[in-house]
Amino acid sequence: MDTVIQAFGLVFAPDVLIAIFASAVYGLLVGSLPGLSATMATALLVPVTFYLSPIAAVATIITASAMAIFSGDIPGCLLRIPGTPASAAYTDEAYAMTRKGEAETALGICLWFSALGGIAGTLSLMLIAPLLAEMALSFSTYENFWLAMLGLMCSTLVARSSPIKAIAAMLLGLLITCIGIDNPGGVPRFTLGSTDLLGGIEVIPALVGVFALAEVMRSLTERDPPKLENRRLGSILKGQWALTKKYPKQQARGNLIGIIIGVLPGAGADMAAWVSYAMAKRFSKTPEKFGTGHPEGLIEAGASNNASLASGWVPALLFGIPGDTITAIAIGVLYMKGLNPGPTLFTSQASSMYALYIIFIIGNIIMIPLGIIMIRLASKVVGAPRSAVMPVIMIFCAVGAFATAGNNLFAVYCVAIFGLIGFVMEKNGYPVAAMVLGIVMGTMVEQSFVTSLIKSDGSILPFFSRPVSSVLAAMTFGALLWPVFVWATRKLMAQRPATA
Amino acid sequence: MSRISRRSVLKGAAAAGAAGLITGPAIGQAQYPNRPVTMICPWGAGGGTDATARIVAQLLEKDLGQPFNVVNRTGGSGVVGHQAIASAPADGYTVGMLTVEIAMMRHQGLTELKSSDYAALGLMNEDPPGVQVSASSPYKDIKELAAAIKAAPHGKLKASGTGQGGIWHLALVGWLVAMGLKPDHVAWVPSNGAAPGMQDLAAGGIDIVTCSVPEARAMIDAGKAKSLAIMASARNPQFKDVPTLNESLGINYSVGAWRGIGAPKAVPADIQAKLTASLKKAFDSKEYQDFMNSRGFGMKFADGAGFAKFMADSDASMASAMKAAGLTKA
Repeated sequence: MDTVIQAFGLVFAPDVLIAIFASAVYGLLVGSLPGLSATMATALLVPVTFYLSPIAAVATIITASAMAIFSGDIPGCLLRIPGTPASAAYTDEAYAMTRKGEAETALGICLWFSALGGIAGTLSLMLIAPLLAEMALSFSTYENFWLAMLGLMCSTLVARSSPIKAIAAMLLGLLITCIGIDNPGGVPRFTLGSTDLLGGIEVIPALVGVFALAEVMRSLTERDPPKLENRRLGSILKGQWALTKKYPKQQARGNLIGIIIGVLPGAGADMAAWVSYAMAKRFSKTPEKFGTGHPEGLIEAGASNNASLASGWVPALLFGIPGDTITAIAIGVLYMKGLNPGPTLFTSQASSMYALYIIFIIGNIIMIPLGIIMIRLASKVVGAPRSAVMPVIMIFCAVGAFATAGNNLFAVYCVAIFGLIGFVMEKNGYPVAAMVLGIVMGTMVEQSFVTSLIKSDGSILPFFSRPVSSVLAAMTFGALLWPVFVWATRKLMAQRPATA
Repeated sequence: MSRISRRSVLKGAAAAGAAGLITGPAIGQAQYPNRPVTMICPWGAGGGTDATARIVAQLLEKDLGQPFNVVNRTGGSGVVGHQAIASAPADGYTVGMLTVEIAMMRHQGLTELKSSDYAALGLMNEDPPGVQVSASSPYKDIKELAAAIKAAPHGKLKASGTGQGGIWHLALVGWLVAMGLKPDHVAWVPSNGAAPGMQDLAAGGIDIVTCSVPEARAMIDAGKAKSLAIMASARNPQFKDVPTLNESLGINYSVGAWRGIGAPKAVPADIQAKLTASLKKAFDSKEYQDFMNSRGFGMKFADGAGFAKFMADSDASMASAMKAAGLTKA
C-alpha cells in the first residue's frame, strides 16, 4: 500500500502533471496531421525527455502516443486520410458515417471507445502482466506465421466487394512488399538499380496515396455533393453510453483481441484493428451494413487498437522487447532514465511501476475532454467548401510523406503513384483496404515462413506440432474452409425438400 | 524603469564595431554554422544508432549554437541513408551517422559506396558482439558451448541476431572459422534485429544469439538468457562477469559494430575541423558518458584522420571475413 501512495506522490508532482498535459496537447495535434504518425510524435519527444525527471519523461511518451493514436482517427474520419496504419482498417467506415452527416457520432465512437480500450489495456498490464509476458515468449516464428496468415484472411472480411477482388487486391499488396532488400535472404528484388527502391515501399506513403490522394482525385471527377446543412455538431458524447450498452460484446471482444495482439512482439495496433474489424463483421447480425457507416466495426476496432497500445508495454517492460515502434522508443527512454526493463523493475522499483499505471489511466481519462475540444476544432473542415479543402489535403499528403520518410522526395512520388493505383482500383471495385493489409502483413508472412523453414531444416512439421501453432493452424484452416462448408450445407438444405 | 542611456548606446555601438573589426575577414561569409544542420541517421527511430545520433546531435547543438536535426532515412539495410549522406550538398549543413555497414555493403554488391567517399569527422562508439544462449540451455560456459558446437552435426545448431550477412552474422562466422569449423557449421536464421532474435532465443526457436551484450541485457536481467563471452580484446566494464573469447578459449578474434559521424567528401576543411573539435568535446562531456554508460554502449573516440583509418581497416578486415564466409558477391 505504501508503494501505491508513493506512486501517487510521484505522479502528482507539478512537473509530471505539466508534462502529461503538454504532451497530451502535443500528441493530439501531431496525430491529427495527416501523414505524421504516432511513432513520429514519440520520436520527436525523445530529446525533450533528456531534461525531464524519469517519471515525467515516461509520462510524456505514454500520453503523447495514446493521444496520437486516437487523433489519427480524426483526419481518417473527416477527410479519409488515416493518420496511422492502425486507423486504416476502419477509415472507410468512419468516412461513410461522415458522408451520412454523422461525423460527431463517428468521432465520438473513436474517442469514447479508444479511452475505454486504453483503460482495459492498462488493467491487463496491471493485473496479468507476467502471465501475458509468458504467453508472448511462447510465440516463435511458427506461431507468427499463422498469426500473419489469419491477418491476411481478414482481407475478404474488411472489404465490401466480391471476395475474389479482395483477394486480388491483397495479393497485389503482397507483391509490393517483395520490393527491396529487407527480406530474409537479404537479396535485392525489383529494385531496378535504384537506391530508394532498395529500401522498399513504406506503409505510410502507400496508405496516404491510396486513401487520401485517390479521394482527392475522385472528388475532381464528381459533382459537389449537396451542401451539408450548416449546423452545429451535436453533442459528441451523446449516445455513446447507449452504444456502450447496445454493443457490450463487440467492445469486450475488441478489448480482448487488442490486449492479446498487443502483447505479441511484431504484431501491434495495426493488426489489432484489422482483426477486430473483421471479427466484428464476421459475428455481426447485420454484416451487410458494414462499410455503409455502421458503428459496430468502429466500436470493436477503435477499442482494440488502443487496448493493444497499453498491452504492448508488457513485453517492453518485462523483457525490453518492443511490441511496436512506439515501445521501441520507450525502451530507449527507460534505459536512459535508469528504469531498466526487466522483472526487477516490478519489484525493486514498484512505486515507479505503479506511477506508470496511474499515468496510463490519467492519460486515457483526459483524452475525453481534450479530444472533444480537438474534434470541435477539426470538424469545421466538414463544412468548408471542397474546392478549398482538397488542395490543402494534397499539400498535407506531400508534406506528411516527405517528413515521415526522413525528408526524402521518393516518398512523395510513392504517394502520387499509389494515388493513381488507388483511384483505378476503386473505379473497378477493388478494395484498397485489402491491398494495404497485404502491404502491412507481407513482410511478417515471408519473414516468419522462411526463418521457420531454416530453423526446422526445411520440415513443415513444427508448423503443426507445436501446441500453440497447432491451434492457430486449425483456426486458419477453419477460416479458409468455413465458406466451403456453408456453401455445401446450403446446397444440401436446398436439395432436401426436393428429394423428400 | 531602466532608461536607455546615451552612454550604454555608445558602449554597445563601440562593442559592435570592435566585433566587426575582429570578424572583419569573415564578413559576407558568416561563421559556420549560421543555420540549422541536418543529421541523417540510416536506421530507424528507437534503435541504438538513433539514440546515439540524437544525443550527439543534442551536444553539437549545445556547443555550436544551431539546431542539429536528426532525420531517419531508413531502409535497404542502411544503404538508403548512407547514400543520402554521401550525395548531400557538401556545405557542412548535412552530416550523418556512419555505421559498420558502410564497410560491408559494397562487398555484398549492394552499393558502390565506400568509406573513403565520406569526410570522416569522428568515431563515437564501438560495441563487440557477445555470445548469448537461453538460460535453460545446458551450456554453463563458453567452453561447453564451443565443445557442443564442434560435436554437433553441420547445420544442427541455429543462431540469429540480425539479417543475412549482417554484422552479428559475420561475428558468428568469424568465430566458427577461428575454431577451424565451416562458416555455416551453425546455421544462421535471419531476423529483423537483435530484439526479435533474443525473443526467439527465449521462445526456444534458436540456440545462440551473437548480438552485443547491451542489446541482450533486458533478457539477461529477466533471467531468460545468459551471456557466455564477448568477442573483444578486453572485458566490458559494464558487464564485468562476461569473459572474452581470448581468455576463455584462447581464440584471439574480435570484431565490433561501430558508429561515427561523417559528412559528404567535399566539405571544406575548416568546417570539418570545427565539427571534429565539437565531437571531441561532446564525447568527453559528462552527458555523453552518462548516456552511453546507462545504455551499456561501448565508447571509443577517433578524430577525423583516425576515424578514416579506422574505417579503412574495418573495410579490409570485413572484406576478408566476408569472403571467408562466402557472403561476398563474386
